[in-house]
Amino acid sequence: MSKRIVAEDVNAFYGSFRAIAGVSLTIEPNTVTALIGPSGCGKSTFLRTINRLHEVIPGARVEGKVMLDSEDLYGAGVDAVAVRRTIGMVFQRPNPFPTMSIYDNVAAGLRLNGIKNSKVLDEAVERSLRGANLWNEVKERLAKPGAGLSGGQQQRLCIARAIAVEPQVLLMDEPCSALDPISTLAIEDLMTDLKQRYTIVIVTHNMQQAARVSDRTGFFSLEATGEPGRLIEIDTTEKIFSNPSEKRTEDYITGRFG
Amino acid sequence: MSAPSLLDQLPGLGDQARRLHAPVRLALLALTVLVSLLLFASTPLQGRVDFVVFVVIAFALVQTGVSFALEGRRHALDRLVSLLVHLALLAAVVPLVSVLSYTVYKGLKKLDGQFLTHNLTGLGPLDTNGGEYHAIIGTLEQVLMATAIAVPLGLLVAIYITEYGKGWLAAAVRFVIDVMTGIPSIVAGLFVFAFWVIGLHRGYSGLAAAFSLTILMLPVVVRSSEEMIKLVPAELREASYALGLPKWKTILRIVLPTASAGITTGTMLAVARVTGETAPLLLTSFITPATNTSPIAGKQTAIPTFIFSQIGLGRPANYDRAWAAALTLIIIVLVLYISARLLTRRNTLTRR
Ligand SMILES: Nc1ncnc2c1ncn2[C@@H]1O[C@H](COP(=O)(O)OP(=O)(O)OP(=O)(O)O)[C@@H](O)[C@H]1O
Ligand SMILES: [Mg+2]
Repeated sequence: MSKRIVAEDVNAFYGSFRAIAGVSLTIEPNTVTALIGPSGCGKSTFLRTINRLHEVIPGARVEGKVMLDSEDLYGAGVDAVAVRRTIGMVFQRPNPFPTMSIYDNVAAGLRLNGIKNSKVLDEAVERSLRGANLWNEVKERLAKPGAGLSGGQQQRLCIARAIAVEPQVLLMDEPCSALDPISTLAIEDLMTDLKQRYTIVIVTHNMQQAARVSDRTGFFSLEATGEPGRLIEIDTTEKIFSNPSEKRTEDYITGRFG
Repeated sequence: MSAPSLLDQLPGLGDQARRLHAPVRLALLALTVLVSLLLFASTPLQGRVDFVVFVVIAFALVQTGVSFALEGRRHALDRLVSLLVHLALLAAVVPLVSVLSYTVYKGLKKLDGQFLTHNLTGLGPLDTNGGEYHAIIGTLEQVLMATAIAVPLGLLVAIYITEYGKGWLAAAVRFVIDVMTGIPSIVAGLFVFAFWVIGLHRGYSGLAAAFSLTILMLPVVVRSSEEMIKLVPAELREASYALGLPKWKTILRIVLPTASAGITTGTMLAVARVTGETAPLLLTSFITPATNTSPIAGKQTAIPTFIFSQIGLGRPANYDRAWAAALTLIIIVLVLYISARLLTRRNTLTRR
């Protein structure tokens, strides 16, 4: 179920501005891969090229190849909407749908994709909420608005919403940056659980978090502002944090840069 | 004696004796009124309105002066400004309340079951019975039709402008809508009169009136919906796209429900606005004493045109009818407005 992602020479543009250049990397199935790097180096942009969300911004486009197992996501005839169904995403700020209840938020993806059978939905909602470690907190109030939860609960609700459609890959863009340490811990535990079934890519500014949860870490950087961001190196997390091959990586991790 | 409390030692908080308390201010007001009365009695100053203005100005001066001497500059300024603010509030509310209450007072005289259930057929110029049944039917039908056309159309235009429109076409649409906002209502009526009533030989009808009202409603609906749709955060759309929803479903299921509260309010304001329109109706549905339930054919009186025609006749009975109809109009608009607010409230409640 979980799949390998291979990016080959990915360039992403906002209008005429090239935000990332020549990114090539492989993300192994059933692993957590962390992307780190200074602000503005294109981590979010790269993440959004994986599920073809980059192109919804007016004027934005992508060059290069992103393979999901053997399928080229940017190949001719590939439907961006279908790609997004296989690749889930969790955003930096929790964004539950404000007009929907907790239940409806989790069921949204399934329901809006045509699944109406209430038994199937009930099961999927419970499974996803359990998966997101939220079930016990909300099982009594599934009909209450999702926006009435705490920030950490909302973020886990968004994770439940993302995994309810059973994606093969889960992308997380700084999922814990707005959360307290306890919620952060809950979500980190969750990632370790989830990687049994999904391929996970997480962007984080928190080195300890990257070191704690990820199997592999990729370091992005940019030469100067206005220059595109590039992938400097990607390797096992252990190697990156103990003995990186690039001086720039070491400088960044030890806090001498960025 | 107990030790002085901490409050008394803080500068400006203690010393309660040296404050202008409410009874003192009331006494000041009474004194001002008394002196003013004496002045008006003994000098050439006269007139009720002049008296009120004189008292207000005198009291403002007296209170500020006393406060300055007793409490200091900051308090004096505070008292002066809050007096001015309250006067401004009064100036805004008094005309509003008096229009409303005068209409209620005049309107209730004639507004009864008989007035609501009869039309004006078979009445001589001296008869005082008859009613506005036909006008209520007309207003409800015309406004309903106009809403049924303008709201879906306006919503679609707003969606086009915000979600799909790019380049010159969207700019052109936006420009046309802006121009439409400024169309005087009589011109909207004239337009329908020329193209529909005369041009296509359709004659006067409720539908023609609804067309002219649509022209007036459309820009308001488009503009308010556009603003509301723009307020929906991009994150919600992206969350929806990320779940694999196509754009049209995202708009239908996520964007519109999120914006619905604001869209409802905007729409209701547009409805309330056209309900009182008179000029375009004179050119499109005209006036008739008879009840015409057909929305698509024949002359049809609405409440504004009913009021207009009654005032034109100029007898006391006509004035009574006009006031009663005016009251009905206010009630209809009020009911629409309150129901819109309640709808909005419900939406925001489910959101929290
Ligand atoms: N919508 C946009 N339009 C134009 N330029 C953008 C847009 N979003 C991002 N950029 C630019 O693209 C570059 C990369 O941005 P990106 O958001 O990918 O950085 P990031 O690595 O995620 O940074 P952070 O760690 O602060 O989130 C930046 O120079 C940014 O200014
Ligand atoms: Mg980012």
